[in-house]
Amino acid sequence: MTDMNAESYVTEDGRTIGGVIMEMKNITLRFGGVTAIQDISFDIREGEIRAIIGPNGAGKSSMLNVISGFYVPQEGEVWFRGRRRAKMKPYQVARQGIARTFQNIALFEGMSVLDNVMTGRLTRMKTGLAAQALWFGRAEREEIEHREKVEKIIDFLEIQAIRKTPVGRLPYGLKKRVELARALAAEPALLLLDEPMAGMNVEEKEDMSRFILDVNDEFGTTICLIEHDMGVVMDLSDRVVVMDYGKKIGDGTPDEVRNNQAVIDAYLGVAHD
Amino acid sequence: MIYREAGDFKTSYREDSQTFPIKLDRRAYWTLMVVAFAVVPFVINDYWANAVLLPFLIYAIAALGLNILTGYAGQVSLGTGGFMAVGAYAAYKLMTAFPDVPILFHVLIAGAITALVGMAFGLPSLRIKGFYLAVATLAAQFFLVWLFNKVPWFFNYSASGMINAPERTMFGAAITGAEASAPARYLFCLILTVALAWIARNLTRGSVGRKWMAIRDMDIAAEIIGVNPLTAKLSAFAVSSFFIGVAGALLFAVYLGAVEVGEAFGIQKSFLILFMIIIGGLGSIFGSFAGAAFMVLMPVLLKNVLVDGFGWATDLAAHFQFMIVGALIIVFLVFEPHGLAQLWRLAKEKLRLWPFPH
Repeated sequence: MTDMNAESYVTEDGRTIGGVIMEMKNITLRFGGVTAIQDISFDIREGEIRAIIGPNGAGKSSMLNVISGFYVPQEGEVWFRGRRRAKMKPYQVARQGIARTFQNIALFEGMSVLDNVMTGRLTRMKTGLAAQALWFGRAEREEIEHREKVEKIIDFLEIQAIRKTPVGRLPYGLKKRVELARALAAEPALLLLDEPMAGMNVEEKEDMSRFILDVNDEFGTTICLIEHDMGVVMDLSDRVVVMDYGKKIGDGTPDEVRNNQAVIDAYLGVAHD
Repeated sequence: MIYREAGDFKTSYREDSQTFPIKLDRRAYWTLMVVAFAVVPFVINDYWANAVLLPFLIYAIAALGLNILTGYAGQVSLGTGGFMAVGAYAAYKLMTAFPDVPILFHVLIAGAITALVGMAFGLPSLRIKGFYLAVATLAAQFFLVWLFNKVPWFFNYSASGMINAPERTMFGAAITGAEASAPARYLFCLILTVALAWIARNLTRGSVGRKWMAIRDMDIAAEIIGVNPLTAKLSAFAVSSFFIGVAGALLFAVYLGAVEVGEAFGIQKSFLILFMIIIGGLGSIFGSFAGAAFMVLMPVLLKNVLVDGFGWATDLAAHFQFMIVGALIIVFLVFEPHGLAQLWRLAKEKLRLWPFPH
């Protein structure tokens, strides 16, 4: 049995899980009178796949939006890589190394797949407006440098054939994959996936699961994901947070969570005597 | 050899991202350049310069500018005429204040001044979008025209309220004023148009252009991947206004020579440029040129055919032109919002595998 409280440990399938990379401390988020998240604390460790699950309206997406800087919680602290996050705009959070995908795909429909994935590297492209205007020299070199990195991700996710196709023309499953590619292109320290398998058929789900595992395995990317498909979550993740009505009702390995009475009650309902 | 991409294999990323991926396009482009620079200056006369070439080149710059803002960055603007007026009046003030400086500097600095003004009027875009932004830029249009009409300092207290371009030179050749020759004016505009089109292409193919397009397609997602909306939108306003300012300066100094602000830079000019990019193609460099050519050439063509050919009355032909433009705008907006450029793009796609369907 591995000691999961140690500074770092090796999982059964041989991946190394490091120390805490992101810590949420007593987060409370309200929209007017509605409390979406109530006093939730949990952490994400380097190299792990962390899942957030819960019934509809439990506050999972709100939680992801807090992590990606889209919502600012009224109470609580967000710590990333040993630093407390000050008030920050979403684009500043992105520059810290947090990338995400969206539940209802947020790609740039008017641009090609290649351009979409290249936008993932915008935070790393440094040439200014003047150098860009002249193109030859620095701007072109940088462009090609980043193109090489992006092509690796395009290969990895097997979307070579559609790289010049406008995203608007792609089917749903491929769009999801392109969105993952864009997030990966940023080489994030933490990758947030908001329902990566929503609306997919079994085959597409299997493909996507394989990609998520491969990303985690090959690039060592820390992943935090929200997913409804229980089978997928239990298979993929190292640890699971369970939310219900904005509160945390469980936290632990898939096995622990599966046997947690509060979790079973939340999902199956409680008998009234 | 068929005009298509298939079979023309690229072996480096540099080749893959070149401006003209099709060999025939590259040849056509260089041929056009040679003709434009080495042949046209020797055969051009005043009629061709004034009726066709100068307005085409100048409006192409303005269309490029508006296309950067509206087509690439997605910020609708109805203030083009007003910003062109800023360029024209800035050039006028500079030309009269520094008579010994070559005209090129006047024009470029006028563009830079317009860029600053454009950024100031672009600030509301950080809060408002779409229709509401269009109304805000409409306010800029009317305010700027009013300003240049009411404040005599801008037209050097001339009695008529008009501004007249004095003679200014470049390498000893008069570019503005009554003595300027057609080839000199043409070459001056051509060089600026080619240089600015090249810059527009460079900006839109790299990271700056992707930021603009990301803001256009989905601003929330753009912010999540690390695009600062403030700098992206303001840089689009700045670059766009620079282009439009240069176009305004050229329109006044090189093409018209004398200008009354409400007449030359009124709201109808804003719409003219907007129609150019809608018909030519939003978000396309080629589309800016196609739209400018279309809107400049069509009246000339109609006049030649209807008035000179069929003997129609001039005003009848002019009304006919309004009808054609109006109908085309509706047709393009309904059937092909990306304009002539998209039609060509689709044709190329079909030719790629022609005659096989897949």
